[in-house]
Amino acid sequence: MSSPRPRLAIWKFASCDGCQLTLLDAEDHLLDIAGVIDIAYFPEAARGEIEGPYDLSLVEGSITTPHDAERIIAVREMSTTLVTIGACATAGGIQALRNWANVDEFLSIVYAQPQYIDTLATSTPISDHIDVDFELRGCPISKYQLIEVIDAFLHRRKPNIPRHSVCVECKMRGTNCVMVAQGIPCMGPVTQAGCGAICPAYDRGCYGCYGPSQSPNIDSLAAWWERLGVAEVDLVRALRTFNAYAPEFRDASEAYER
Amino acid sequence: MSVEREIAVDYLARVEGEGAMYLKLKGEEVLDLKFKIFEPPRFFEAFLRDRRFSEAPDITARICGICPIAYQTSACNAMESAGGVQLTGGLRSLRRLIYCGEWIESHALHVYFLHAPDFLGYDSALGMATDFPEQVQMGLRLKKIGNQIMTLIGGREVHPINVRVGGFYRVPTRRELETLVPDLEWALEAAAATTRWVSGLPFPDFERDYEFVALQHPDEYAIQEGRIASNRGLNISVDEWGDHFEESQVSWSNALHARRKGGGAYHLGPMARYSLNSEQLTPVARKVAEEAGLGSSCNNPFRSIVVRAVEIAFACEEALRLIEGYTRPDNPSIEVEPRDVTGHGASEAPRGTLYHRYAIDSGGLITEAHIVPPTSQNQLSIEDDLRAYVVGRTQLTDDQLQWQLEQAIRCYDPCISCATHFLDLTVDRE
Repeated sequence: MSSPRPRLAIWKFASCDGCQLTLLDAEDHLLDIAGVIDIAYFPEAARGEIEGPYDLSLVEGSITTPHDAERIIAVREMSTTLVTIGACATAGGIQALRNWANVDEFLSIVYAQPQYIDTLATSTPISDHIDVDFELRGCPISKYQLIEVIDAFLHRRKPNIPRHSVCVECKMRGTNCVMVAQGIPCMGPVTQAGCGAICPAYDRGCYGCYGPSQSPNIDSLAAWWERLGVAEVDLVRALRTFNAYAPEFRDASEAYER
Repeated sequence: MSVEREIAVDYLARVEGEGAMYLKLKGEEVLDLKFKIFEPPRFFEAFLRDRRFSEAPDITARICGICPIAYQTSACNAMESAGGVQLTGGLRSLRRLIYCGEWIESHALHVYFLHAPDFLGYDSALGMATDFPEQVQMGLRLKKIGNQIMTLIGGREVHPINVRVGGFYRVPTRRELETLVPDLEWALEAAAATTRWVSGLPFPDFERDYEFVALQHPDEYAIQEGRIASNRGLNISVDEWGDHFEESQVSWSNALHARRKGGGAYHLGPMARYSLNSEQLTPVARKVAEEAGLGSSCNNPFRSIVVRAVEIAFACEEALRLIEGYTRPDNPSIEVEPRDVTGHGASEAPRGTLYHRYAIDSGGLITEAHIVPPTSQNQLSIEDDLRAYVVGRTQLTDDQLQWQLEQAIRCYDPCISCATHFLDLTVDRE
């Protein structure tokens, strides 16, 4: 028997579970969402499962194993709309640091018998493997943005997720610029908004967990950081965290490493 | 004639991460049993090399979206012990308070969303919501209050941004913390009601003689620091972990198995903490534990749901006490500069002791990182439980046996993302 409500599936690849937890963290909205959407596949929260196809798939995590590279293709085939959620799924995550390293050496650091472990040399975003309908960024994603994406899907409209920088959110929040006023190195000028500009409000520089904003001017940021006395090697470290393999951060970190 | 049966769960539900179980039976005899973790490895210990010591809390938080504070705290403890400093006063209170928030959030998630549906025969809490609307609403609000503590102090609930080695970036005022009080007072009553509710659930008759391991502190129910103790006489400082515990790799798991050196399995988590430290619980938590019929120790893993509820009550009461006694520190952090040193740190993640060790070079860079999450330490105990549980229950159908064994695994609130750094169950009968 077919269900009149759209079917939602939530998939996990290499990740920390934090982005799918964000759905459960939407405590005030969870039962409302469950009222209009059939949560058909969500193993973190439910033992039962309704077979596909699914109207909306939310995909968390990056592709790091040969098995997962095949599984994501099957997920795409059974999903009408597919949205990737979080820095792992949209940029490869912190585990993409292996992309600059020798994965065999990594294996031997962690495991005594690396031959038991089946892994790829790289951690790559979902969009490197399949067509993705929308990418929701953040490490972790914002629950408000997640609800916006689900609501937009239900109403067949484009999600309203701005690509401007964290600086805009600081202005909206009324936070004084931590870089100008306190000399704290901040990634805000090149980082996409969405978190609510939390770090500067806590007297800390943004550390780029929402990934690059639209057309980021990283060279200008680098000049600012240099004036604040930050060594280039630390700029490279700052670019190489949770969105290290997002193209703009990746290319800049490689340019400044040379 | 005994028939061989195979029970396999290929993807365990309602656990954090990707796990599986495989059981092969011949009549009453268990031929093979494996708790498998297939979560893909992410190599944190490898890429932490050459990062600054100060980056460890934010990077290791990403091991687990359910217990980031545990990772941040154990990492901070290791770096601070390496730098020879200790948090005191308001900074220490805030570190304990934000951890109370994580306990409330994670335990409420497990009690209501991951564990209770098993006892009541539902696939999920959302399925339970029609028949038990009051309970599900209560669970959601409790979880939200835990998240509010984390958000107020940490900036957000998943991967908080305000925790740093040596303290915080910004410390809240007393008035800000006081806004939490009315909700925490409600939460304390709700946790007591939760304990009464879960203590009436049907529990299988199943007890085991565990070696319980947990942190212990002379002055308080240990959360964010302490010595490592067991009910069999172990009492060591955190930097002696490597002298008493060891890890080994098995072919069926992406998570290393930990055991006592010269010994075997040990059990971490709420039951271990309760059995070692129950006398240090706060008054309301002690009273509800007693009313729920918990003695001085709890050895039935299925009743861990009751202990978790007691710990929610404790965490609410403790949070209220910490807020009451809080004075805003003059500085949000103290200076820590570890050089040419190895630091060890541990804390009580909601699911058990989380141990970190880092070697730091003369430039403050990490040269070696070692992280031992609670779930990888509990793997042996989980397998021992499953093997013991099957005895006398082989007459159950495959479906019944499978569900009950899944439930036995969920008793540990396994966090598989952490342990690999997975759950999937197979039963084979010959």
